[in-house]
Amino acid sequence: MIVQNKKEQTTTVQQKTVSYRVGEQQLTEVEMQAIDHEIALLPHRGAAVIEALKIVQQYRGWISDESVTAIATYLQISAAEVDSVATFYNLIFRKPVGRHIILLCDSISCYVMKYGTIYTALQEKLKIKFGETSGDNNFTLLPNACLGCCDHAPALMIDSDLYKNVTVDMLDRILKKYT
Amino acid sequence: MERPLTKYIHPGCPAFDLKEYEMTGGYSAVRKALGSMTPLEVQQLVKDSELRGRGGAGFNTGMKWSFVPMDANAPRPKYLICNADEMEPGTFKDRLLLEGNPHQLIEGMILAAYAIQADVSYIFLRWAYKKAAYLIHKSLHEAHSAGYLGKDILGSGFSLDMYLHTSVGRYMCGEETALLNALEGKRATPRAKPPFPQVSGLFGKPTIVNNVETLCCIPHIVNNGAAWFKSLGNSNDSGTKLYGVSGKVNNPGCWELPMGVTMRELIEEHAGGMKTGYQLKGVLPGGASTDFLTAEHLDVKMDFNSVTAAGSRLGTGTMVVMDDATCPVGFVHNLQHFFAQESCGWCTPCREGLPWVEKMLLSLEKGEGTAQHIELLQLHTGLLGPGNTFCALAPGAMEPLQSALKYFREDFEKHVALKGCPYG
Repeated sequence: MIVQNKKEQTTTVQQKTVSYRVGEQQLTEVEMQAIDHEIALLPHRGAAVIEALKIVQQYRGWISDESVTAIATYLQISAAEVDSVATFYNLIFRKPVGRHIILLCDSISCYVMKYGTIYTALQEKLKIKFGETSGDNNFTLLPNACLGCCDHAPALMIDSDLYKNVTVDMLDRILKKYT
Repeated sequence: MERPLTKYIHPGCPAFDLKEYEMTGGYSAVRKALGSMTPLEVQQLVKDSELRGRGGAGFNTGMKWSFVPMDANAPRPKYLICNADEMEPGTFKDRLLLEGNPHQLIEGMILAAYAIQADVSYIFLRWAYKKAAYLIHKSLHEAHSAGYLGKDILGSGFSLDMYLHTSVGRYMCGEETALLNALEGKRATPRAKPPFPQVSGLFGKPTIVNNVETLCCIPHIVNNGAAWFKSLGNSNDSGTKLYGVSGKVNNPGCWELPMGVTMRELIEEHAGGMKTGYQLKGVLPGGASTDFLTAEHLDVKMDFNSVTAAGSRLGTGTMVVMDDATCPVGFVHNLQHFFAQESCGWCTPCREGLPWVEKMLLSLEKGEGTAQHIELLQLHTGLLGPGNTFCALAPGAMEPLQSALKYFREDFEKHVALKGCPYG
């Protein structure tokens, strides 16, 4: 099954690449420099793919099909290989995301400490569910498997900021920082 | 009581910089080992200390190192990797060490790298530990500037480069061969063993992967000796251990204690007991992939062999407490949702079986379950158990399920009889 899926994926990506105009897929100078820095530490170019995805996502917010192709070309590997990696890791975003990412921990300690009440409140405040982006494009809400903050559950992270012992009352104050 | 790993870690105080670390004896173990010990002597010392891997498997660390080819013709470069992925739900112990004293980890890594004569080392850090990433980055720079890293360390002729790799998620990365694939820029699927990483690991070269806590023990063993380290334990296992408790207890947290304290001491003394109005119903002693223990096991010592004898595993030593107001079926559903989501999809039983288990538990929670669901769940604990899958993810997932079916079967049956969750 996996092999078949991979083949289908490969075909799709390759078909799509045909329609791109040359020039649309270019990496910027800054992106290429940062990727070069990583390549220099590794035995071959292809090994830098995760770093390349992180770098491009840092500048563009998410990884588009065009970005996949651009990275593939630059690392001299196939677009399918890049996409197989990009779709594996949950923090590489293959869809557009909002300006800020809210990661709400839904793991066991946070379950015991009722992260569900936080999720319900966030849904009401932002009018979005897990996997969705708010209408003003400010927040994307995602579930996250354990933030390693189990002694201060429930926990959530917005961008690089960790919030511990979160209560429903705290949410307005937290969200305000990002609006 | 000695707390070598956390002696200089105080909540709220910033981590030591290089100068402060050196003033409290930091890097003296590197000076001692590189100056007066052979790599094989360091290996032997750690083997003698009976330090067992703190990532969960509990394998003798010195023994693990001894499988690395050490002759002059050994393939190069050799790699030493610190597994700082800590993705096991309910686990937050390595965070304390990473944020509290990054130089201690770097010193442990230099010593481990010296013992196996590694040329390059990586810290594989989970993405969520932003503060740790900042501190490690800064500390690596300091250590490099002071000559503890790089070419010809302290004039010993031993050279080592060390890099920080921050991950982009996925629980699978904590499995050592999947971690290697992730470092190589691939999907984090596990590899077949043999060949073991000690012989053919990162980029096909000899590689050792050790947990953060394991590596942090090394400087203290080198400084104080194997007998001292063994004397720290409260049981047959040597050393101290970082224990954690989360859930509805009065004082959830993480503490360094002698290996082998009882569950009772941990929960009642250090974690301050259960919150008012809640009773302890079950405990996952070492993270999400360990079997439940119950109140009758409170006097079990938290060391590798004792917890195994009680029917579970010490795992990471960070326990999740389930109270009597939390539904065991909902609790296990949360765990299985996690494992189903985190399955890498490589082998069929795990990829197909875990989502099925998750769906059956959800049916029970929603009141749509039948007695047959419970039987099928029981059947899956064997079908997805050890020997039937490519790696330990699915068997790990089955541990809390099989023990929940054993200890809390009544709760499962009530969900069927009442056509819903009795816990509301």
